[in-house]
This record gives sequence, structure tokens and C-alpha cells, in this order.
Amino acid sequence: MKISTAFAATIAAVTLLTAAGCSSDIPQTNPSASKGAGTGEQSKFFVQADYDREIALRKVTPTGPSDKPWEQALDPKLVDTAKYKKAGPYHLCFSNAGVGNPWRQVGFKNMQAEVALHPEIKTFTVADAESKDDKQISDITDLLGKGCDALIVSPNTTATLTPAVEQACAKVPVIVFDRGVNTQCAVTFINPIGGYAFGADGAEFLTQKMKSGGKVLALRILPGVDVLETRWAAAKVIFDKSGVDVAGVEFTDGDPAKTKSIVTNYIQRFGNIDAIWMDAGATAVAAAEAFEDAGKPIPPINGEDQQDFLKMWQDKKLTAIAPTYPTFQWRTPVIAALRILGGQQVASPWKLPQPTITDANLSQYVQPNMPPLHYAMCGCTMLPGYPANWGGKS
Amino acid sequence: MSATETGNAVPVRSEARRGLTGIGPILVILAVFLAAIAVRQPEFYDPPSLLAFLKRAAPLVILAAGQYFVIVAGDFDLSVGSLVTAEVVIAARLIDGDPALTWPVIAVMAGFGLMVGLVNGLITTMLRVPSFITTLGMYLILVGAVYTWTGGSPRGALSEEFRMLGRRGIEGVPYLQQLPYAVLVLAGVAVFAITLMRADFGKVLLAIGDNPRAAALSGARVARARTVAFVLSGLFAAIAAVLLGGFGGVSFQVGAGLEFTAITAVMLGGVVLGGGAGSVTGAMLGALTLEILFTLLNLLGVSGALKSAVQGLIIIAAVAVGNIRRRS
Repeated sequence: MKISTAFAATIAAVTLLTAAGCSSDIPQTNPSASKGAGTGEQSKFFVQADYDREIALRKVTPTGPSDKPWEQALDPKLVDTAKYKKAGPYHLCFSNAGVGNPWRQVGFKNMQAEVALHPEIKTFTVADAESKDDKQISDITDLLGKGCDALIVSPNTTATLTPAVEQACAKVPVIVFDRGVNTQCAVTFINPIGGYAFGADGAEFLTQKMKSGGKVLALRILPGVDVLETRWAAAKVIFDKSGVDVAGVEFTDGDPAKTKSIVTNYIQRFGNIDAIWMDAGATAVAAAEAFEDAGKPIPPINGEDQQDFLKMWQDKKLTAIAPTYPTFQWRTPVIAALRILGGQQVASPWKLPQPTITDANLSQYVQPNMPPLHYAMCGCTMLPGYPANWGGKS
Repeated sequence: MSATETGNAVPVRSEARRGLTGIGPILVILAVFLAAIAVRQPEFYDPPSLLAFLKRAAPLVILAAGQYFVIVAGDFDLSVGSLVTAEVVIAARLIDGDPALTWPVIAVMAGFGLMVGLVNGLITTMLRVPSFITTLGMYLILVGAVYTWTGGSPRGALSEEFRMLGRRGIEGVPYLQQLPYAVLVLAGVAVFAITLMRADFGKVLLAIGDNPRAAALSGARVARARTVAFVLSGLFAAIAAVLLGGFGGVSFQVGAGLEFTAITAVMLGGVVLGGGAGSVTGAMLGALTLEILFTLLNLLGVSGALKSAVQGLIIIAAVAVGNIRRRS
């Protein structure tokens, strides 16, 4: 009895409050008058020289076949590999940090398909470290005992894996890609331009599309990861310079529901938000949906090359841009390994281009037959097993 | 017959307890927060924005109701967060964008929730494993199983029809504009939970949480009632998963930490840890209050990172205050 009375009272109270809130004609304080939180301190990962180099690299024309960006290189410095020359067939080994997110899953599929293209690779041995440093260290030791002709490493973390990579360098030619290590002993290190360029591409686009003083909300996955810190560091530099008002910088943990709640809260708090900057595209759709559900137009936003975002961009005609951290880079280490074992020169470091998807080239990357979390910049459409092996429908 | 016995035996005690752990305090706290929001952001009370808030709060309120059944009988359910994640990931994989599979998959999700709850309940009651351990184990099992099954990242896609339940509502309702389906689901679950607690089942559950031995001696089927509590928690987690998956889409993080948020909500609602006292209405109001608090913190510009610290303070304070009040 008591419970139901109290419950009814609550309902009544809420209803009253609702009615009261609705019938009031008092002019409300203008929420958009409040000032944003700003961009805060610069990340301790920020290195001005690296930033300048990456910003400049975006304008460099890559050398190599233009229809195969995974074979292209920016400002390549070639190194001699004659001492590694060896007759086939080869035993290629790969120590993988993990396949714990869709980006790594697509990438690993690319690599497997690239291996399948080369009959001279007789055996391809893979060890999955499941995102654990200690497992990757022992994986590398194990692989060295298996007679690999060359070792590809995608390190889980930079500093911790350095000694393991150095140990491997003494025995076989090593190719490192994606995240780096603190040693020059590998024959080459392959990665795209980098996080500063990614962050800057999105931030520059947004500042152009917003009016001065407009409010931008920056959404980051989590702090402390170098590849993500550099993205935000570059965006911060550009936002600070441009005079836009950064309403807030929030961490989403990559969780769409959390992202949507955060964006909804900001829309409520500030009346509206004029742009969304993201350090990774996985929750871009959720952020955009928050505006839809609030009955507001979706503001300029940057995502990434995942299909769910590209499809929404096309369907809803968003003002958007998608910087990429291309998964086609997973093909390059296999190509590099074969060139090294063939005694051909390779670029070291091997800087890959980092294409950006804009309105102009959007249609060529929207692939309705592919799953929503598939990364379009995979360079995989001509590979054997596409699209089925990537989860697509033919 | 046993029902009449417990029906007579329990209310004397629970009536006395209710005075100590009723929903009065939580209503006061809720009113304070509501007033604070009214000052800071009057437009929060526009019907559409209020309903949008209820839509977002619905999954947590439902989870808190499910957690209440388990806690009031003296147990814990730590598996609900990972169960929500598992349900959403399974749904995406099975539906894979096909609208025709929406309802069959929702049925599968409900079945999976019931099954996980049943296993939790049977292991706790039959094998006498403390529920803390049972559900912690289930939490780890579900995390590992989902990771293995998906290879580390969710595949497939939820259909628009599936997502409607958590995202959209009945359009064109006069005065409200849109009545979210999630709010309707929440109302249904609330009525169901309150009815259950007012029926004999609820009285038996309270008696068990208060003193399982006395309840057993007075004829209550203790093991069965505790198992049913776990089954309800599993089912409610499945319903929350449907709404959360609809609201935010597929992700691996969707259920992360929800078990602790739900337990916090239940504690905040005046439900005594260890069972035997507190109402399901209080638990649900606790969840609502927690969501209001999070909204308020955001309006005040407090960083989202403080959320878990606030939750921790609430859990400790709620239990401490409850103990002091019971002793006096």
C-alpha cells in the first residue's frame, strides 16, 4: 500500500513539474551563452618536429604505382638488402599484437590474402599476442625457433617490445609495421603518415565549415595511447589557432551508447553544437544519431573509413570528412619481406600515403555489400576471397 | 498454504523494516536533484526532453529492477553487464541486417537471458556456491565466450527494426510529440516488477533475504525463489540489452560496468545489502536518481571521468547510512 502510494505521488510530482516547466513563459537563460571548456593542456606526447614533418608529408606526391597505394612510399630512402638475399620457397613469420578490433581484423585479412598471392611463400606462421606484451615477447622467441626466413612484427606497445625485436634482428631480417619500436635494427619500418596528419585533416575541415566562435565537441576514445594522443594534439593546435570554441573534450571508451549520451548532454547544455571532431571513427554514427534523435541537423563531423559512417554520410548528405589510417598497410610488410629476401632495395622507413575520403571520392568507397564495421581503405577489393572473407556479400 | 503462512509471518517484520528502509529518503534525494536541474536547466522539463531522458534511463532502471530481486533475496548478480554485451553482440551476428529476423532474435535474446539466470540460480542454490562467485564466474565466462566467438570485434549489424525499440517511439502524440518505445517497455517492466513484489512471491523473497532459515522453516521454497530471482535478473538484462543495442548500436563496450551501476542504484534506492528489506520501487527510483545525478553533473560541467568516483561514494555512503539507521 505504502509503496503504491509513494509511487503514485512520484508520478504526480513528476507530472506537475512537467506541466510547470511547460507552461512557464519566463525567458530562459540562453544556454549558448556559456563558454566551452577549451582545449586544455597540450599532450605530453606532442613533438613539434614530428608534427611539422607529418603536416608537410601530406602534400608530398608518393612514388610508386598510383593504383596500388600499399606499394607507394613518401620521400623514400632506399636501403640495400643484398645480404638477406635467399632462394625460395620461403617461410614467412608474423608476430601480431592482436585482432581485438575491427581495424585489425580487416588488416589481418588483407595480409593473409596478400600472402596467398605469392606461391613462393611456402609457409606463413602467425602468432597472435591477444594484445598482451608478455605473450608477444614469448611469441617472438618461439617464432625464432621455427626457422623463419623473415619476421614481420606488429608491436603491441613500443617500449616493451623493443628488446624482443632487437633479439630477433640478430637472427632474421625483421619488418616492423603499424606501431613502432625504439630501435633501428629492423630492415624497415612501415606505417602511414601518422596521427598528427589524421587529426589535422579532420580539424582543418571542421574549422573551415564552421563560423568563427562556433562550438566544437571533441570526442576521444581514451587517453595515453600515442597514436591517438597525436591525433588530438594536432587537432588542438588547429582549434587553438582558428578561434573556434571547444565546448568540451570527452572520452567515449569507443562505446556508442556512451558517445550518444555525451553528445545528447552537450546538445542540451549548450543548445547546439556546431561541429564534432573525433579521434577515431568507430562511434561517429552514434554521435550523429544523437543530433537526429534530438531533432537537430547533423553538424560538420569527421569519421573514418568504416562503412556504417560512409553509408550514413551518403544517405543523409552530411558535411563530413574521413581521414583514414588505411588498413592496406597490412599488405605492405609481406611485399617488403619478399623484396628483402629477393635482395631488392626497399624504402626505410617506408612511409605509406594516408588518403582522406571527401565528398568528391565518397561514392567509390561506399560498399553496401560490406559489413558496417568494414574499413573501406583496405586495398582489398581485387584480392582473392573478396568480399566473402571480409564478411561481405558478393 | 505455505503462501498463507509466509503471508502472515513476514509483513510484521518487513512492515517494521520498511519504516527504516522505505522510499522516503530516495524521494527526497530525487526531489533535490530535480529542483537543482529545474534551476540550472528549466528546459529539461519540456515533455520531449524529459521523455528523451527517460528513454536513456530506461535500461538502467530495468537492470536495477532485475538486480533488486537478487539482492533482496540476499544474493548478487555481477553477470548482468557482460550478459548485456553478449546479448547485443549475439543479436547483431544473428540479425546481420535482416529485418525479418528482428523478432525471432529478440525471442532468442530473452531465452538466452533466462538461461543464464537459470544457470546462475541453480549453481548458487544447488551447488551452494556463493552468488558473488557464481556470477563473477559467469561474468568472466561470458566475456571470454563472446571474445572467442567474435574473434575480438562484433560482426554483423542490427536491423533498423530492431533499433527502433531503443531509439524511436510513437510519433505525433499530442503534447509529448514522441512517446519512446523504451518508456513504454519501462512502464511495462515496472508494473510487472511491482506486481510480483506485492504477490506472495515478493513476500517470500523478502523473508528469504531477511532470514533464509526462518523462511525455510515456515515453508517457503527458498531455493526455488532464489533461482527465480536470478532468472528475472537475466530476463531483465535481456530487455535492457534490446533497448541499449537499439539506442547505441553494436559495440563491445555496451554492457561494461553496468552491473556496478545497477547495484549502486539499488543501494541508493534504500535496499539493504544482504537482503530482506527495501522495495523494488525504491531500486528503480534509485536508478532514475543516479541518471539524474549524472545529467546534473554534466550540466554543471563536471567531467565524465568523475562518474565512477561518484558511484563509489554512493555505494559506501548508502550502506553506511543504512547500517547506522538500522542500529539506532
